[in-house]
Amino acid sequence: MPMRNPSRVAFVNARLIDPATNLDARGWLLTENETIADFAPGDFPHGAPEGVEMVDCDGRALAPGLVDMRVQLREPGEEHKETLKTAGEAAVAGGVTTMVCLPNTDPIIDDVAAVEFVARRARKIGLAKVYPYAAATKRLEGKELSEMGMLAEAGALAFTDGTRAIGNALVMRRALSYAATFGALIVQHPEEPSLAEGDMNEGEMATRLGLSGIPAAVEVMMLERDLRLVELTGGRYHAAHVATAEGVEAIRRAKQKGLSVTCDTAPPYFALNELAVGEYRTFAKLSPPLRTEHDRRAVVEGLADGTIDAIASDHAPQDADSKRLPFAQAAAGGIGLETLLPVALELVHSRGLPLLDVMRKLTSGPADLLGLADAGRLKKGGPADLVLFDPDRPWKVVADSFRSKSKNSPFDGRPVQGWILRTLIDGRTVFSRP
Amino acid sequence: MSDMSFQHRHLLGIQGLGPTEISFLLDLSDGYVEQNRSADKKKSSLRGRTVINLFFESSTRTRTSFELAGKRLGADVINMQVSASSVSKGETLIDTAMTLNAMHADVLVVRHPDSGAVELLSKKVNCAVINGGDGSHEHPTQALLDALTIRRRKGRLAGLTVAICGDVLHSRVARSNIHLLNIMGAQVRVVAPRTLLPSQAARLGVEVFHDMRAGLKDCDIVMMLRIQNERMRGNFIPSIREYFHFFGLDYEKLAMAKPDALIMHPGPMNRGVEIDSDLADDYERSVIREQVEMGVAVRMACLEVMVDNLARDRDAHA
Repeated sequence: MPMRNPSRVAFVNARLIDPATNLDARGWLLTENETIADFAPGDFPHGAPEGVEMVDCDGRALAPGLVDMRVQLREPGEEHKETLKTAGEAAVAGGVTTMVCLPNTDPIIDDVAAVEFVARRARKIGLAKVYPYAAATKRLEGKELSEMGMLAEAGALAFTDGTRAIGNALVMRRALSYAATFGALIVQHPEEPSLAEGDMNEGEMATRLGLSGIPAAVEVMMLERDLRLVELTGGRYHAAHVATAEGVEAIRRAKQKGLSVTCDTAPPYFALNELAVGEYRTFAKLSPPLRTEHDRRAVVEGLADGTIDAIASDHAPQDADSKRLPFAQAAAGGIGLETLLPVALELVHSRGLPLLDVMRKLTSGPADLLGLADAGRLKKGGPADLVLFDPDRPWKVVADSFRSKSKNSPFDGRPVQGWILRTLIDGRTVFSRP
Repeated sequence: MSDMSFQHRHLLGIQGLGPTEISFLLDLSDGYVEQNRSADKKKSSLRGRTVINLFFESSTRTRTSFELAGKRLGADVINMQVSASSVSKGETLIDTAMTLNAMHADVLVVRHPDSGAVELLSKKVNCAVINGGDGSHEHPTQALLDALTIRRRKGRLAGLTVAICGDVLHSRVARSNIHLLNIMGAQVRVVAPRTLLPSQAARLGVEVFHDMRAGLKDCDIVMMLRIQNERMRGNFIPSIREYFHFFGLDYEKLAMAKPDALIMHPGPMNRGVEIDSDLADDYERSVIREQVEMGVAVRMACLEVMVDNLARDRDAHA
């Protein structure tokens, strides 16, 4: 991987994409050291000055690096599945320059030292920028509030119990209320936990396979409850990986009501349905589970009409030993950093969504709701976190070739479009390929 | 005499009182401050009268303050600490009232852990009742003594900006003070994390702040509330250190207030939780000891007025 780092690089003849300003035009962009010095539509005005590396983009897309708001890093604690280094390599290979990690590591990110550990380690590695979520409740137990004020001061972006729902309504009320004291966001895994015990979507397929089912209602039940609590507390709420038709509808209504609510979804929930489980494919065992085709279409609709604000990879590395098990015993989750962009681009190629809209959900959408003022946008003087990609070039997912330490992709073997050519972080090229 | 300006039989709360009634009680209290500072502290205006301190919740300060007040006025003062055991024996609040009626008390000072319990009791007894604190509802003599402290230091209540900081949700002191200060024309702010504020707090006529520095800005009075340790274990507040970091009063946060701002606390203080220890001991800023002194004077005034009003009512019925 070439790591040449001249202080100035001019990207010319690029399709500039900046969702934050609705820019989608042929143009040029100049980086200087760590920052974006300038960019504009049209031809590069200066010709080729001395000491500037000229990159002819040949009409390929140059966009802000992706902001992936839901990643499990596994370090510290489960480095056999993923490390900050391997995740960072996978991220930049996927065009992700900023990722936000869940607190479900070992130790759990529920104190200031853990927040600082992650930030320090990620800085040292120098790949994708990492911001941690901190636990909303101590030890992720869903009982006692974490020190949200001090954690936010230390750099925690928002608060969540990660892959666990905050089940107790009183605790959720207080979490929303306490977080709102500091203007902080609560991110929920929206599944009613007492009902969400099971292996896959509840329905005919689970019945035929003899697997225990998780009814689709678990999502809307938790969302409806939480939305009432948002009304009660005036707190800020974000629902992660919305995956059901009724869940999307609940968020849509809440937004119409003017509540301070946002949500994201992940590629499996708009690109796959429960049929992917096939004959007990454990790589398709996810949390929340893949739902029906009806649900998948509703998620696509939610993305199209703006109900869903962001697309996150929901990257959940599991080693082979955790997946090569009977379905019921296998761990849930799939990797997603290296398939985030191409699978999201299916919305452009198959569903006809504007590229700018899809890119918004991968860049400024999540950055805005997390308060990351510099990420996910092209900004003069802002960090040169960029991705250069060919949105049309086809390729086939081969999970074994991925940089992620675990290879559990639910998209293995899938033909996709969207090829990342180069990724820059703070002006440094950290990934490039022809 | 005094009954011309405070006509109520009981003192159950500040809510419902008017500014002249409050001023009257404060004026009367002022006189007792001087008397208490003189060598001869004893008067005999309440000789032959019986004051019963009926406490369903433990208290040292308030009970002692009422006891001293009654004794300085020459009354016979009896303390009844009703333990949980007699409640478990099945005696109801009403049964207790009947028992006390038979004892012919003149004034009952009642503290109870449940909001509204003192008012309930007042409807069942023949004597005057002073609320010594009921649940999270009211603590009128605390608000009066706070007002007296402020008035003596600042010369007025109207127009002052007062920040009440801490566990407003559970605090009867906060509620009584909010009512009193509003009635007297002060600007009241509350400063607390959202989990320690009642819903609709602003409806009490206060400005709500979640950032202490903003809440203290240009304040004349900083009133700290006690926070119970059991609220700090993750249910309302994650931890003591986090609470102190954001909502504990220290010199740095106090610097936002006016340079001559006073610090008050109803006691007992949790040093290092809601207030920095050095600050609590800073005689320049902290009037916490003065509040205790004013407490005795205010309670003398209240007892005297209650006894006067009772005598008037009994005469009227005779």
